[in-house]
Amino acid sequence: MGGDFRMKASKSIKARAHPLWLAYALHRLSGLGLALFLPLHFWVLALAVTNPGQLDRFLQLTDAGIVKLAEFGLVFLLAVHFFGGLRLIALEWLPWTAPQKSLAAGAAAVSFMVATLFLLKAI
Amino acid sequence: MLSMRLYMLQRITAVAMAPLVLGHLLVMIYAVQGGLSTAEILGRTKGSFFWFLFYGTFVLAASIHGAIGLRTIVSEWAGLKGVALNCFGWLTYVGLFVLGARAVWAVTFA
Amino acid sequence: MTEQTIKAIIERGPNPMGARTQFDVPAYDNQTVLDVVSWVQQNVDPTLSYRFACRVGMCGSCAMMVNGVPRWTCRTHISKVLVGNEVTIAPLRNLPVVKDLVVDMDAFFDKWIAAEGLHHGALTREDPIAKVDPTSSARVASDAGVECINCAVCYAACDTVSTNQEYLGPAALQRAWTLLNDTKDNGREKILDAVTGAGGCQNCHSMGSCTAYCPNELDPMSAIAGLKRESAKSFFRKGR
Repeated sequence: MGGDFRMKASKSIKARAHPLWLAYALHRLSGLGLALFLPLHFWVLALAVTNPGQLDRFLQLTDAGIVKLAEFGLVFLLAVHFFGGLRLIALEWLPWTAPQKSLAAGAAAVSFMVATLFLLKAI
Repeated sequence: MLSMRLYMLQRITAVAMAPLVLGHLLVMIYAVQGGLSTAEILGRTKGSFFWFLFYGTFVLAASIHGAIGLRTIVSEWAGLKGVALNCFGWLTYVGLFVLGARAVWAVTFA
Repeated sequence: MTEQTIKAIIERGPNPMGARTQFDVPAYDNQTVLDVVSWVQQNVDPTLSYRFACRVGMCGSCAMMVNGVPRWTCRTHISKVLVGNEVTIAPLRNLPVVKDLVVDMDAFFDKWIAAEGLHHGALTREDPIAKVDPTSSARVASDAGVECINCAVCYAACDTVSTNQEYLGPAALQRAWTLLNDTKDNGREKILDAVTGAGGCQNCHSMGSCTAYCPNELDPMSAIAGLKRESAKSFFRKGR
């Protein structure tokens, strides 16, 4: 069971091109993105005590278009991780056999709508 | 690699966060209208036991959930194992929790 | 009229990337991927090693990577996988290559046993034969997974297997699920302990490649979800 053969063989793997694998990738990457964003998020909020002026300058940054777009991305990450996560919990813990692919697509669609709603409110 | 205990902790914190995330999404959509300011945020949260509990629970659950998730990722994608993997998990959890708790304190009772 | 030929690229192990050999194989009707490999072995290179036995999708010994996708080669028509007139055939992923297209299946079968994928009997020959109600929900759940032929296609398709050496994998866990639902099996505690150990069902990320590529159209992902459900219940009851 060496690790060597795996890396070589995995380069040519095309078996990932199906909806549930993409749902898995989306869930993992959104989770990773959120976990990496959290320290920044917390640090900025803590400025309310340590340096309120700096916090206001930070919050003013959010008026810029590019920052709004980044916020849209973050809201999408949170929403897609939330709805995708609900799908996984349902799949794992509820004794039902719903069409998983449709649910995955639905989760992404709803997340996109939530993020769009946020963006429209933000502009 | 992922023990059953960590798996359960991951799922339980996920379920606990479900209503909190929904609330957070709604508050974001509501609060972002007309721009954000320190005064507006603090006006909502300062001295509020409800928001302290809301965000306090959120930070606790998110730091556990995020630490377990990152632990799985570094194990699968970076090959971290054994003691190093567990140290990574604990450090991530403590780091996220301390930063988060600081933030919650700052916007509520500080 | 020129004869149609297939360009078959065979990745020959143990160093698959280092030994891609191209063979021109005559095309004919109703030709399977296994037929192509066999033609090469019989007509061009008798040293080419590969496995097969039944040729009708029963024995589970001929699985290979075909254009990067794990498939049972005896039941895969070449016409369905050709890109232009080209096909790439490689040894099964996630298992060490012995030679050419032959992989060492030990880990796959060892994990089958490690998941308690074996019969746990409680009766003796003096006891009456246990009654099985074919319509009970447990039997239906068990039936859904019993047609597994151990071909390891799911094991090769799974990325969690690739990145987590301990992970028992879809086939072994699905077998554990069929036994957990079998009224004639008496190993419930043993099975639950086995499937919640270090490489247990909780490592699965439900990416569903097992279900997407199972040649018998079984659904190991849902079987593993069933194990997670039973394991979670047991965890809440016993705190472990």
